[in-house]
Amino acid sequence: MDITFRIRRYNPEAGGKAKPYWQEFELKDVEPTNRVLEMLHRVKWEQDGTLSFRRSCSSGICGSDAMRINGRNMLACKVLVRDVVTGAKNTIQVEPILGLPVLKDLIVDMEPFFAHYREVMPYFINNDPVPANGRERLQSQEDRDIFDDTTNCILCAACTTSCPSFWANGKYVGPAAIVQAHRFIFDSRDQGWKDRLAVLSEPNGVWRCRTIYNCTPACPRHIEVTRAIGEVKLAIQRGKREGIIDPATIPSKFHG
Amino acid sequence: MIIHKHEVVIVGAGGAGLMAALYASRGGADVAVVSKLYPTRSHTGAALGGIGAALGNLEEDKPLWHAFDTVKGGDYLADQDAALILAENAVDAIVELEHMGLPFDRTPDGKISQRRFGGHTSNFGEKPVRRACHSADRTGHMILQTLYQQCIKNNVNFFDEFHVVDVIMNGDACVGAVALELSTGEFHVFHAKAVFFATGGWGRVWQITSNAHSLTGDGAAVVFRRGIPMEDMEFYQFHPTGLYGLGVLLTEGIRGEGGILLNRNGERFMEKYAPKIKDLASRDVVSRSIYLEVRDGNGIKGSNYVHLDIRPQTVNRYLAEAGETRRIDDDYIRKNLAETLDVCRTYIGVDPLTEPIPIQPTAHYSMGGIPTNIDAEAIWDAQGTVVRGLYAAGEVACVSVHGANRLGTNSLVDLVVFGRRGGMKMAEFVKTAEFLPLPNNPTAQIEAEFQRIRNAKGKTRIHELRTRMQKVMMDHVSVFRTESGMNQAIEELKELRHLYMTDTFIEDRGTKYNTDLMEAWELGCMLDMADSTALSAVNRKESRGAHSREDYKDRDDVNWMVHTLAYRETDDPYAPTPTYRLDTTKKVDTSLANEDERFLPKERTY
Repeated sequence: MDITFRIRRYNPEAGGKAKPYWQEFELKDVEPTNRVLEMLHRVKWEQDGTLSFRRSCSSGICGSDAMRINGRNMLACKVLVRDVVTGAKNTIQVEPILGLPVLKDLIVDMEPFFAHYREVMPYFINNDPVPANGRERLQSQEDRDIFDDTTNCILCAACTTSCPSFWANGKYVGPAAIVQAHRFIFDSRDQGWKDRLAVLSEPNGVWRCRTIYNCTPACPRHIEVTRAIGEVKLAIQRGKREGIIDPATIPSKFHG
Repeated sequence: MIIHKHEVVIVGAGGAGLMAALYASRGGADVAVVSKLYPTRSHTGAALGGIGAALGNLEEDKPLWHAFDTVKGGDYLADQDAALILAENAVDAIVELEHMGLPFDRTPDGKISQRRFGGHTSNFGEKPVRRACHSADRTGHMILQTLYQQCIKNNVNFFDEFHVVDVIMNGDACVGAVALELSTGEFHVFHAKAVFFATGGWGRVWQITSNAHSLTGDGAAVVFRRGIPMEDMEFYQFHPTGLYGLGVLLTEGIRGEGGILLNRNGERFMEKYAPKIKDLASRDVVSRSIYLEVRDGNGIKGSNYVHLDIRPQTVNRYLAEAGETRRIDDDYIRKNLAETLDVCRTYIGVDPLTEPIPIQPTAHYSMGGIPTNIDAEAIWDAQGTVVRGLYAAGEVACVSVHGANRLGTNSLVDLVVFGRRGGMKMAEFVKTAEFLPLPNNPTAQIEAEFQRIRNAKGKTRIHELRTRMQKVMMDHVSVFRTESGMNQAIEELKELRHLYMTDTFIEDRGTKYNTDLMEAWELGCMLDMADSTALSAVNRKESRGAHSREDYKDRDDVNWMVHTLAYRETDDPYAPTPTYRLDTTKKVDTSLANEDERFLPKERTY
């Protein structure tokens, strides 16, 4: 089949005229089972070497190529052409993910995203001595399964940049950071959950989530993002009721 | 030009790089990690099935058995001292990963769960053993995430999307690296006491590959161009189960769970080639068996692929035949091979619960690379002379623990074990070592090469050259090799190099995120990898592990118990017609065989 790519372009070095625009590319002899990433490569390799986008593994695990395809966030390497072409010209519209500054074409500034990630202390905390026998800490498979879903996150930002609350307020930590926090809060071995709940109970924490539910269908790893956020909200409420969250312990950098 | 100064500079942020960063910083060193990707994009994340260690959580196991499987799997080319360290250190390293929070699956009594994996056996090849520690079928993803998390906790400095394009030498010592900042196009100098290369492999040299687009061998190439040899480049592993047409990897864990390979007649052909452990034979053996089936017209529909069947009715039938009591069902597969189901459905619309999966061998892993000793220190020569200040681990390095063929799970073991050892060694080294001075103008040569590529006014697209290289390497320097085929490849590579130096063009003239320019530069690196692979391969007149020749079918332990060291002879790192020299005087370490005859080379049967 022949397809038409409609791609949002932006060249930051075009001088005073540098502003985003749409450009169309025609591709011939496309297999319906070709993936969108492969077709972006065909545009870049056969027609216009200036087209810029991030990609690496091309198998849905590295999280480099989240983009907005026909208005929905997806990984370009995980989408087949046949599933996204529309209209008489078999058009596929591709633009950068929303809510992060566009640096060039489909490349956005990921730093604000990773800054939010770091805010939730996304690392294992357990200050007890390791077992005296020099072996692993024990955990039941049932306890391991509780947080299995959120260990799937690849930090591609598809969820966070699909969230209207994040678009409206970039200070909101966003779904991905909450998913990362969830992975530790519900890990029976971890001891940092109080601090994480404190961060997430702040005004720019979980309560910015209005349960709009864009994040869950956006996740290329099929994580139940909204559910994870809900579980964190519940944990905070229970924590507050039991007096676990002490407002005085909340770091000042998370105010306002 | 901006100059940074850190005691330790780590190039690449996959498992080996992050492991080294963590242990070097814990040892008190000031560490910077420089990576062309955001760390979590690294290809360690794509590793699926597991990481091997003789924890013995489910049945008796010993590091010595793991070392034996590694040596045997490597077709006796692995250095035995290194293989033993790999197996012994694996136990501690994996327990430490658990202490860092890695969410391994668990046994009924709460320990790290383990499963079978190709080539891993108990008691010196007696029967398959449960050795692969796993976290669902995304073990590499969990290792990468856990290590990145711990590096954040330890305040390691990260330079993300800084692409290292040269290594800086002062005489025979390494004193830093040059990186191009992708977002600005500016060159940065990283002045260091120790530089650690952990940049992964170069699967993109071949047409069908499981490797990420970023795996272009650029880290290895910049070191190679400064005179450090590449060891054992002829040993490149083709993983038997790549998704047909795409090369996307399907985990060996599928066969570990009972998946069966079938030809067009529905025959379980691995019974012919590896009567004892069948579908769980070593990767080179299985890849070659698939190739032979295809050559004999037994491919599916007469084409160049076979079927991998994990449907419960198939698996249970063979389990019953083997007298095993274990049975599996759809739910079991959904839980344990979720990634596999997702990949098959997403990419080729096949549901493995109801139909077999079409697979073909895919370029997967380089056993060879920057030669190092057991502490990840790079070496100059067959005598093991250390390159002061230069370290390497993971796929880019060659210790050699994988010999002629790497066992499944051992890539992850390699990067945690030797990343850790290298990190510790560097922490110790920088305590007493001085910063050696930088040479004048350390970026002049590399900037000139980038100018050349940027301003070239030829007619040939980079993509065209790359495609030709990938095809010729797939046709002549892959699963089966002949003298004439490889010579043909060498000639074509010369022609491609000539075109690369004289007749290319790029379209992007900008400085920011110029991916057009970077891809063009990476192609030059891939040509270096392809050259050294083909030359080393044609020179080795025997078949061993992944290096399989139709004109020299047998392994030759009299003449070829040696490693190949390929040197780039030309001083100019960007010479239009580089010349190479091969050294085959580095003997394989056989220290275990000296004490235990079971480690002596013998015919490799499974």
